[in-house]
Amino acid sequence: MQDTESIHKPFMLVRKKRFNLKQGFFLSLIRMLGFAGAITLFVILFFVAYNGIHVLSWEFITQPPVDAMTKGGIFPVIIGTVALTVFCMIIIIPIGVTTAIFLSEYAKPGLILNMVMMSIYTLAGVPSVVFGLFGLAVFVVAFNFGMSLLAGSLTLAIMVLPYIISTSEEAIKAVPNSFKEASFACGATKWQTIRKVVLPTAMPGILTGSILGTAKVSGETAPIMFTAAAFFTPGVPQSLFEPVMALPYHIYVLATAGTHIEETRPIQYGTALTLIVLVLGMNLLGIILRSRQRKKKAW
Amino acid sequence: MVNDKSIFTINDFSIYYGNFKAVNNIKLPIEANKITAIIGPSGCGKTTLLRSLNRMNDLITTSRVEGQVLFQGVDIYHKDTDVIELRRRVGMVFQKPNPFPSSVYENVAYGPKLKGIKKKSQLDEIVENALVRADLWKEVRDKLNESGLSLSGGQMQRLCIARSLAQEPEVILFDEPTSALDPISTANIENLLQQLQKTVTIIIVTHNMQQAARISEYTAFMYLGEMIEFGETDTIFVNPHNKLTEEYITGRFG
Repeated sequence: MQDTESIHKPFMLVRKKRFNLKQGFFLSLIRMLGFAGAITLFVILFFVAYNGIHVLSWEFITQPPVDAMTKGGIFPVIIGTVALTVFCMIIIIPIGVTTAIFLSEYAKPGLILNMVMMSIYTLAGVPSVVFGLFGLAVFVVAFNFGMSLLAGSLTLAIMVLPYIISTSEEAIKAVPNSFKEASFACGATKWQTIRKVVLPTAMPGILTGSILGTAKVSGETAPIMFTAAAFFTPGVPQSLFEPVMALPYHIYVLATAGTHIEETRPIQYGTALTLIVLVLGMNLLGIILRSRQRKKKAW
Repeated sequence: MVNDKSIFTINDFSIYYGNFKAVNNIKLPIEANKITAIIGPSGCGKTTLLRSLNRMNDLITTSRVEGQVLFQGVDIYHKDTDVIELRRRVGMVFQKPNPFPSSVYENVAYGPKLKGIKKKSQLDEIVENALVRADLWKEVRDKLNESGLSLSGGQMQRLCIARSLAQEPEVILFDEPTSALDPISTANIENLLQQLQKTVTIIIVTHNMQQAARISEYTAFMYLGEMIEFGETDTIFVNPHNKLTEEYITGRFG
């Protein structure tokens, strides 16, 4: 043991030295760039939290705005965002998961599958304001839903569809083939296998994707701007066909359109902080679920 | 040789994957309530042949067959064959234990539930019965609600056997069922197979020649998609007619 060490030591030292400069330089460069992303996030978080934290209070999140939105809380705004997101998910999860099942289990490789995949990828790359205009033209005007919770949820749903499809498809494809084989060998049909083995096994992954999709949707401004978001509503929406206030749009309105822009600065930061906390909270939930399900996975 | 008691009769049977002929013109009778082993080096087509007996190869879209496989006199590749019913009557146990990620009970009740059995008392009886037959009941009777994946490797494989037995199959196909198991679990499974052959016909593909010699009544030796030799295990191992068989069994290749 002693001998081998003394023989190898000088060689290792020489090699280390030669590599150290270059390797060290690139390693620190990579490390710095890696940290840059994290630092950016923390700077933004700190900035918003520093300016908004003193506004946050129980009253702020449970009271409606008063005095032309220069005072009071943001309760209907929070409810509006939650309602938009929840209805969006109720609409889109069944459609997205069904599409994912079709793509991963039924569609045969060929022209149609390629076209569907291509459309989904393209849809994912469309700017969100275009979805907003589409929603305005189709749901608000053509379907005559007006500026409403329903029109906004539908628009958001179309926007998040590619994300739901791709995360669900990934979860379904991760189900081991051996489970499916076992099911077929028990005399199950294809549909029985999907319903009783594939979907339950993929469900945690599908849920995680949906939660992360929800987080994505709740922060969007452009798609709801022309389809659902109201400058001001006196209270909580009473039906699907009423316009709603929403957190991202509320920030936009207070910061650009009011006559009291400077005066409402604290409320703007408070609203932004609420939105960030909401989105981060949902992301965190998604991440925790995902890591728990990875640990639980025994196959 | 054993035609009158055959449960399976394989006649001039070939299997293709695309243009590749994986199994070439095989003739093989399988006697009921006996263990038949299929041995041969990797890639000789033995697993392909096994998986064609309950039409699991249908899942591979490029595969097609020629010739006939008669199961109790009925051609299973006829276009009117009910594949679901076939797979109920010809069960399968795989190389890697593959219980579903659900409870022990749900694993065994899977097949019967698909068949439409809903009554709890009836399911309880089927589950217990299958687990007893798979020699697993004593070990899991107190943890029927625990995950099937929490069992040991050998227990998982016996759970898979129980899952198959719950369908009351006439034949069970075993695809190298012990290759992922330790020697003690392997011995347990081998004992179990010898008990089971009283009620179920067993066809087993194995890499382990000692295993074939220990448990099987008949042995088929395959090489490069061809059936080289088939006969009683004692004859094949003690006095093989074919030179290839002899070389393989004595370990000169494979």
